[in-house]
Amino acid sequence: MEQVIANGLYLGAQYALIALGLTLIFALMNVLNFAHGQMYVLGGFITYTVYGQLGLPFVVALLASGITLAVIGALMEKFLFRTVIRRSHREESTMLLAAATAFFFDAVILLLFGEKQRGVPKIVKGVFNDVGIIMPYDRIVVGALAIVFIAAFVLYMQYSRVGRAMRALAQDRVAAQLMGVRVDRYSMIGFAMGAMLAGIVGGLLVTITGVNSGIGGPISIKAFLMVMIGGAGVVGGAIAGGFILGMMESVGLTVLREYGDVTYLVIFAALMVFLSVRPNGLMGKPWG
Amino acid sequence: MINRRSTLKSMALGAVSTLAIAAVGISYAQAENKELKIGFVGVTSGPAAAWGTSNVRSMQTRAAWINETGGVKIGNDTYNINIVTFDDQKDPKRAIAGMEKMAQEGVHYVVGPNVDDGAAAVRPVAEANGIIYFPYAFPKALYQKPASNAVLGMIANYQSGPAIYKYLKENKGVKKIAFVAANESDPLSQRDSGVEAAKALGLEVVAQNDTYQNDTRDFTPVLTPIVALKPDLLVLSGVAPANAPLLIRAARELGYEGLISTETAQDAKVLEEGAGEYANGFISVGGASTPEIASDAMKEFVARYTKMFGEYNDESNTKVYALEYIIETLKANPAAINDVAEFKKTMDTFTAPNPFLKGDAKLSYVGTTSFGQKRQLSVPMVVNEYKDGAFQTLFVGSVD
Repeated sequence: MEQVIANGLYLGAQYALIALGLTLIFALMNVLNFAHGQMYVLGGFITYTVYGQLGLPFVVALLASGITLAVIGALMEKFLFRTVIRRSHREESTMLLAAATAFFFDAVILLLFGEKQRGVPKIVKGVFNDVGIIMPYDRIVVGALAIVFIAAFVLYMQYSRVGRAMRALAQDRVAAQLMGVRVDRYSMIGFAMGAMLAGIVGGLLVTITGVNSGIGGPISIKAFLMVMIGGAGVVGGAIAGGFILGMMESVGLTVLREYGDVTYLVIFAALMVFLSVRPNGLMGKPWG
Repeated sequence: MINRRSTLKSMALGAVSTLAIAAVGISYAQAENKELKIGFVGVTSGPAAAWGTSNVRSMQTRAAWINETGGVKIGNDTYNINIVTFDDQKDPKRAIAGMEKMAQEGVHYVVGPNVDDGAAAVRPVAEANGIIYFPYAFPKALYQKPASNAVLGMIANYQSGPAIYKYLKENKGVKKIAFVAANESDPLSQRDSGVEAAKALGLEVVAQNDTYQNDTRDFTPVLTPIVALKPDLLVLSGVAPANAPLLIRAARELGYEGLISTETAQDAKVLEEGAGEYANGFISVGGASTPEIASDAMKEFVARYTKMFGEYNDESNTKVYALEYIIETLKANPAAINDVAEFKKTMDTFTAPNPFLKGDAKLSYVGTTSFGQKRQLSVPMVVNEYKDGAFQTLFVGSVD
């Protein structure tokens, strides 16, 4: 059982970090970023290239992933989403745009990095094996880093000037604008941060699970699942959703293994029942 | 009067004329050869892109090689090979659309699809439009009568699995075996036939219901209960090349010390990057590129593929064969170029030298034992063991 809990906590930490960027963008702009998984993949491939191929330190690779995705996110917001939000009277337009960017990224990543699964050398070797728990040290490091990033993000959003402005935007866009918050600027920063988080988690996890050009879509779906559990647009909800999903997966795969692949069937069924009771998820409303 | 302007004008006209004459010359030279269209319908995007991409790139590499060396002579005509491709995105509906496109383009020979449901879905279209197709899918119904247009492009797991388990039982003392498969039709059917084969050999099956979503990234929770059962052999049924290193790494990190095998083709570079030394000893089924058996032609194919696409894919060791079989069979019976009935007749007696293997190996159609008719390419059943970044041949088998 100790192993099952440890697996669940580790999965939860990485899932929570994946969901954070998605929920941030949704909170600020009401945009469901279908390309979130593809951004994760791109971050993974950048770390693969910088760390795995060029042999530069892992930290440099992680920075490269984060910065590149932040720039891409900022450009996407400025030239794509801002324009569509301004001109379109229908909310679906941003969803279509997000889906189109997801397909675009899929194709570009396949062209640039090929069809193969890629991996990098382990950042820490060895396996922890005590008190009934087996956990490779690199997972422990990545899990700890994920928790540090989550904590840093929450603190930044809570106490920094930029964070306050973005929270104001998430609460009430018009009121924030009337109070002097520069909506365009902070929307762009928020989108860039969301994309950067996707890039960083992609870079972190390439050391554990590798990366390939086809996993963007499934990653996005899992991230949506976590956001729905926690409540769309709520940072605490995304974190809770990540840990809940991680734990459900770990427990389900152990307890239900004799019945075949029913774990996700059970998770989806539970989610349907849960959403019918709490349609806004656990935390239910934009943060404030 | 000759001035600078008129000189420049004359030079420009001269250059254009020269280019035009050269272009006409080139197109005339190309026009000497007829065009033979060979189709590909398979998955080249999404999570399973590696399967189809290695297929289509093998075909494109071989076709470019043939075209560069003057084309292929079939009967009295010489043909350049034109590969017509369609990405079915692993969706049976799109596979049908792809096969219809091939029919519209007058293509009679198609490589693919890569998965069971796609291969089953295109059958009516292929049979109605006189198309022979070469799936990389294992359901026997595709190759048994009354079906007659599908030709299995590789060794099926129900052919290689028993051979591998028998070898490991006799040579490595395997007694307990566990299976894990993705929750998709191909891996599940491969798992079921693997379980059947293992039981027939008298092995104790300690796990056979464990499955995972194909998009799983972390396999530790999946493998934790299986490793606790301490099997001697862990079979990764129908595992995708992207998932194999992750499964191997997770199993080893959980302390699993037994053998790990699969019946699908894998890529050494992917294993090296994803699992490193944990992958040492991993057993899979390959084709013709291990140094012990690869001919000079195979080595040149690998070099050309690498030059064309930047990196070779070991899955192509098997996938190099389909186009070669099509061309060689057409050479044996030129009437088959537009008549698949002639092709089918030729399959029963066809034989030609295998250019990709050392020695006097032959290309021929097999499958009589498994399907009751010759509806399978005879490719070498090379069982490989991964060791430090490369595959080593464990043993070579064959199918009749």
